[in-house]
Amino acid sequence: MSEMAVDRVAEAAHAEEHEVHRDYTGSKIGMWLFLFSECMLFGGLFIMYAMYRADYTQSFLAGGKEMNTAIGVFNTIVLLTGSWTVAMSITAVQRRHKKLAIGLISTTIGLGALFMVLKLFEWGQHIKHGLYPASSELAGHHGKQVFFALYYLMTGLHGLHVIAGMTVLTVMLILLIRNKITPEHSVALENAALYWHLVDIIWIFLLPLFYLAA
Amino acid sequence: MTHDEAITSAHTPPSYLEEKGRHSGIFAWILSTDHKRIGMLYLFTTVMFFLVGMALGFLMRTQMLSPQGALFKNADYYNALFTLHGVIMIFLFVIPVVPGSLGNFFMPIMIGAKDVAFPRINLLSWYLYVIGSVIALASLFGSGLPDTGWTFYAPYSLRTHADIPMAVFGVFVVGFSSILTGVNFITTIHRMRAPGMKWMKMPLFPWAIYATSWVQVLATPVLGITMLLIAVERLFHVGIFNPALGGDPLLYQHLFWMYSHPAVYIMILPAMGLISEIIPVFARRTIFGYTAIVWSTIAIAALGSLVWAHHMFTTGISDISATVFSLLTMLVAVPSAIKVFNWTATLYKGSISLEPPMLFALSFIFLFSIGGLTGLMLGTLSLNVALHNTYFVVGHFHYVIFGGTVFAFFAALHYWFPKMFGKMYSKAAAYTAWGLMFVGFNIFYFTFLVLGVMGMPRRYAFYLPKFQTPQVIATVGAWILVTGVLIMFGNLIWALFRGEKAEENPWGGITLEWKTPSPPPVENFLEPPVVPDDPYDFQGAFAR
Repeated sequence: MSEMAVDRVAEAAHAEEHEVHRDYTGSKIGMWLFLFSECMLFGGLFIMYAMYRADYTQSFLAGGKEMNTAIGVFNTIVLLTGSWTVAMSITAVQRRHKKLAIGLISTTIGLGALFMVLKLFEWGQHIKHGLYPASSELAGHHGKQVFFALYYLMTGLHGLHVIAGMTVLTVMLILLIRNKITPEHSVALENAALYWHLVDIIWIFLLPLFYLAA
Repeated sequence: MTHDEAITSAHTPPSYLEEKGRHSGIFAWILSTDHKRIGMLYLFTTVMFFLVGMALGFLMRTQMLSPQGALFKNADYYNALFTLHGVIMIFLFVIPVVPGSLGNFFMPIMIGAKDVAFPRINLLSWYLYVIGSVIALASLFGSGLPDTGWTFYAPYSLRTHADIPMAVFGVFVVGFSSILTGVNFITTIHRMRAPGMKWMKMPLFPWAIYATSWVQVLATPVLGITMLLIAVERLFHVGIFNPALGGDPLLYQHLFWMYSHPAVYIMILPAMGLISEIIPVFARRTIFGYTAIVWSTIAIAALGSLVWAHHMFTTGISDISATVFSLLTMLVAVPSAIKVFNWTATLYKGSISLEPPMLFALSFIFLFSIGGLTGLMLGTLSLNVALHNTYFVVGHFHYVIFGGTVFAFFAALHYWFPKMFGKMYSKAAAYTAWGLMFVGFNIFYFTFLVLGVMGMPRRYAFYLPKFQTPQVIATVGAWILVTGVLIMFGNLIWALFRGEKAEENPWGGITLEWKTPSPPPVENFLEPPVVPDDPYDFQGAFAR
């Protein structure tokens, strides 16, 4: 090896020391592992749903009839569209269409907000009809009581995840505007999008379990 | 030659202990993202909690000197003691201790990496652990003394006066810390092994950390959601575990043990990894059956998630599920036994030197075997019905976790102390401490096994006079054990400040952590480490 080559190697090593450690695949692996643990978090609730549904089949079917299927399906479309726009934003970043990417991420955040508004409207309707835990309406109806407990718990935890996803995407928006997310370093946005897809997928399971059950 | 050496030493970077970063004083530690400093933070906090938990245990034992209670006549205090002892020891000490402290410090070095994959998340994990601990302990000052035991069983936890929502939220936060550590370590092992370190050339401690991390990632969230549900149930009375509102309290137990049984493997697997490191070094022989140990590690992690209901044999679960879970429990004993056979086979014809780490490691094998065999007894349906909720269970558990995990942790502390701090402790004091601990431990917990068979139930503040003699024997054993532990930590703390400078490689270890100065420099290695073909090839190492 010539002396110059040695110098160059030393220089590269030096530069590497001062640069932040970047590992695209590593970041992706880390995110996927985190998503696995999220699945297990909801998994506990799905197990409860399965067991209580076996215990109180009739009440669960009756509970499903109280749901507003139209809003549920519309909300599914809202979330899926958000997933679509956030996926497109990654391609937009990679093709250096920064403004388009900003628009697409903002759309996803907006759709997330719309989902939450509709969800809260639904909750409000249920509560107006006396369908909430420990209400006088449900007193004595064990099966329905448990059904609505699970409904509020699972859609509530999912709602918290929607809010978390919106927060993460807002951070991504700021990073993108400040040029911290570039075509070369877009893994943060990709991971945020993965999180949003997870939130979607969980909803896709919640929809049939609660809305289409009847 | 001497000239060259002078140049090298002038360029030797400072060790991780001396390094001057952006911050000074305590901030150089609590804001550091260096995995070694974070390991030290974990070591300090977990050992603190261990000493607190031990003090609580000491009080419990003292209370048991007399059938009417030697310290207090109010059973509420005893309930508070065993609840706190359990919560602190399990959630704040045994689960985080080995991965958090030694895993953080040594796993990256042993695979030849500079740090973990996500150093800042690593620091965040420690903060979450501390915050969660503070929340859990702050719940004590809420509405009443804690009295649920560490398991928070519903429906009692739904109606006790203690501040349960805060306590379980603390446990949830600590669990989140554990998940992040797991994510970090798995990614590190996948992505940051030194060139040439293939999976099957990796030392066994990183392997154990790898398997443990998977359990942490996949099992902890189930505990997290269960704890949150208890809090929600308390705050909003949703009825999910409350039989008065249609819920099923047994479902709580299922969900709780779906995490908490795998959690036992979060506790024991890293300890087994430590033993696999120590035994070959002090037997001067390559580990027997490397591949079998690796696969048994993975098998334990996998099978361990399928046995949770063996905690529930007496709750009225169906005969079929009880039989299946009993059978699966027997199966977990197979990979554990494979490991024990491998360790003893490693010793065979070895050149054994009984240094302090080795004594602790050998006592691990002995104590863990008793713990494992009593576990098999408890896994047997017929015996379980008789022994459930007696001191036998408590004795079995402490043989596995204290005699297993904690003895392995102590072994590794003595093994790696010169590496971590560059100092050597007094071996005479270490031998004394080990002797007291080993004798005290067996007097203490073997008596527990006997008491259990005699019919002494656990968690009782008062007992029948016929149990007094064994209770006093156990308490005396506990005192001996505590004396040994205090001498051990005293010795190590003394060595930290006054100890002689340690040799670079006092035990003749050949894994990568011994190929760097003690204490290691910030970047872990002075030059890229050369990965050996076989991590435990002592013959080859000596031939070179």
